[in-house]
Amino acid sequence: MAKQYSFYPGCSSQKKASSYNQLRSTQTICQELGIQLNEISDWNCCSASIGYCGGGELPRLVLSARNLALSEKEHPGQDLVATCAACWLATREAQERLEHDPQLKTEANEALKEAGLTFKGEKKVRHLVEVLIEDVGYDEIRKHVKKPLKGIKIAGYVGCQTNRPFGIVGESFENPVYLDKMIDAVGAEPITNYQKKVACCGGALMFSEPEKSQALVKDILEAAHDAGADMLVTPCPVCQMNTEVYQSFINKKYGTNFNMPSVYYSTIMSVAFGKTAKEAALDGQMIRAKQLEEVAAR
Amino acid sequence: MSNAYRNNFLREVTANVEEGEWVKMCMQCGVCSGSCPLGPHWEHPPQEIFMMIRAGKREEVLKSNSMWYCTSCYNCIARCPRGLPITHIMHGLAHYAKRLGMVPQNQQTAKFAQKFWDNLTKKGRVNELTLGLSLYFMNGFGEGVKTSLKMQGVGLGMLKTQRMDPLEILGGHGCKDVAGLQAALKKARQIEEAKAVKV
Ligand code: SF4
Ligand code: SF4
Repeated sequence: MAKQYSFYPGCSSQKKASSYNQLRSTQTICQELGIQLNEISDWNCCSASIGYCGGGELPRLVLSARNLALSEKEHPGQDLVATCAACWLATREAQERLEHDPQLKTEANEALKEAGLTFKGEKKVRHLVEVLIEDVGYDEIRKHVKKPLKGIKIAGYVGCQTNRPFGIVGESFENPVYLDKMIDAVGAEPITNYQKKVACCGGALMFSEPEKSQALVKDILEAAHDAGADMLVTPCPVCQMNTEVYQSFINKKYGTNFNMPSVYYSTIMSVAFGKTAKEAALDGQMIRAKQLEEVAAR
Repeated sequence: MSNAYRNNFLREVTANVEEGEWVKMCMQCGVCSGSCPLGPHWEHPPQEIFMMIRAGKREEVLKSNSMWYCTSCYNCIARCPRGLPITHIMHGLAHYAKRLGMVPQNQQTAKFAQKFWDNLTKKGRVNELTLGLSLYFMNGFGEGVKTSLKMQGVGLGMLKTQRMDPLEILGGHGCKDVAGLQAALKKARQIEEAKAVKV
């Protein structure tokens, strides 16, 4: 029987939103690996580390507490799992802060009463990557590979929020290696000395401070290019979007020539598992991942 | 209301700013300041902000652009030897400055962050299309048209890859119990504001 999880998809994963392609490829690999994601029915936005202008501490914590309360009610006994770095971080942060601070918890529950909900604090909040590593395991992932991604050189770009302050279980802040291991497990070649592995892409400030953020992305792409990478792979929707869609702006400003695909770990896994280009959501790439398309067409 | 904190900004921050009670723990090592991705753009990097809070420089801190350059990368938190939740203090200072009406004019991140909050509280979920449009037009119509044209390639690309939905303009995604969510948020805000010490 498939393993059951309470799933928090988040705003950017909604149908036809910016990381809809992540959701599609995630569904593909979960089906293959026997992971069942049960969507929290009426989840709300987590405010993604940028709601703080309008939203104070307690209102922002209440956003996540509501999702946790719904999950407790609808999916008792199941871990809450998120695929988006910001969703995971905000939810786990809320869970831990409310657990450690009884007064905050009381206040959050006073507010939630208005929506007829109670946060008990009985959930473990996990990233899907942790489910893949701990509950499935690299060896099992390897067993599902039908088309190894031989000869494709991939820079594992971990970024910030999947890595700090919590990080994926068992990994270090300065040099997490889980993406390298996943890349290796699907038969591709990880760029193990990738210099910008945990560098910041500017996050949401790409919208408000585009030039400053694009300068950060330029360095991230340059380091991957210089290390011989064919593409980037990332776990984070914001990292993916920021490293992919602004390359033409960066080329124009810096006279560079970047045209580097940036994909999700779920994309490369889907292709290696022998799924179609559609199942891997390769049609969701603005910069097409031609090497992956070739493997998928084989 | 008492004027208890008029001359003590550190105590004001401790009482009214998210995780503000940690500020006094800073030992001024500077590791946080060396960790910010947009560090060169901060007029006063975090270490300096903490020093200025202790020195009572209320106006300079709250009217600063600095904390609005925080990308929420959590580098500082991972490295601070004293365990300060620096990211949250930066968000807390930004929010407090906003509440007091002390944000510098035309602070782009403040504008975006406010739009994000307004967008999400309207329906419970963020509508990327209307958020994006309001963002491009946030500096006026003329600027908006220019930005929209510049971003046209991105928009078309997102549309083609099924990562944008033009129908979202009609409302789009949302929570079913928006009313409950909004009531909970209102209550949370009331609780928080009732606790704040007036200055
Ligand atoms: S790293 Fe921590 S102790 Fe060092 S200056 Fe920054 S806040 Fe203070
Ligand atoms: S989280 Fe903010 S304050 Fe901390 S290092 Fe990153 S940008 Fe600087």
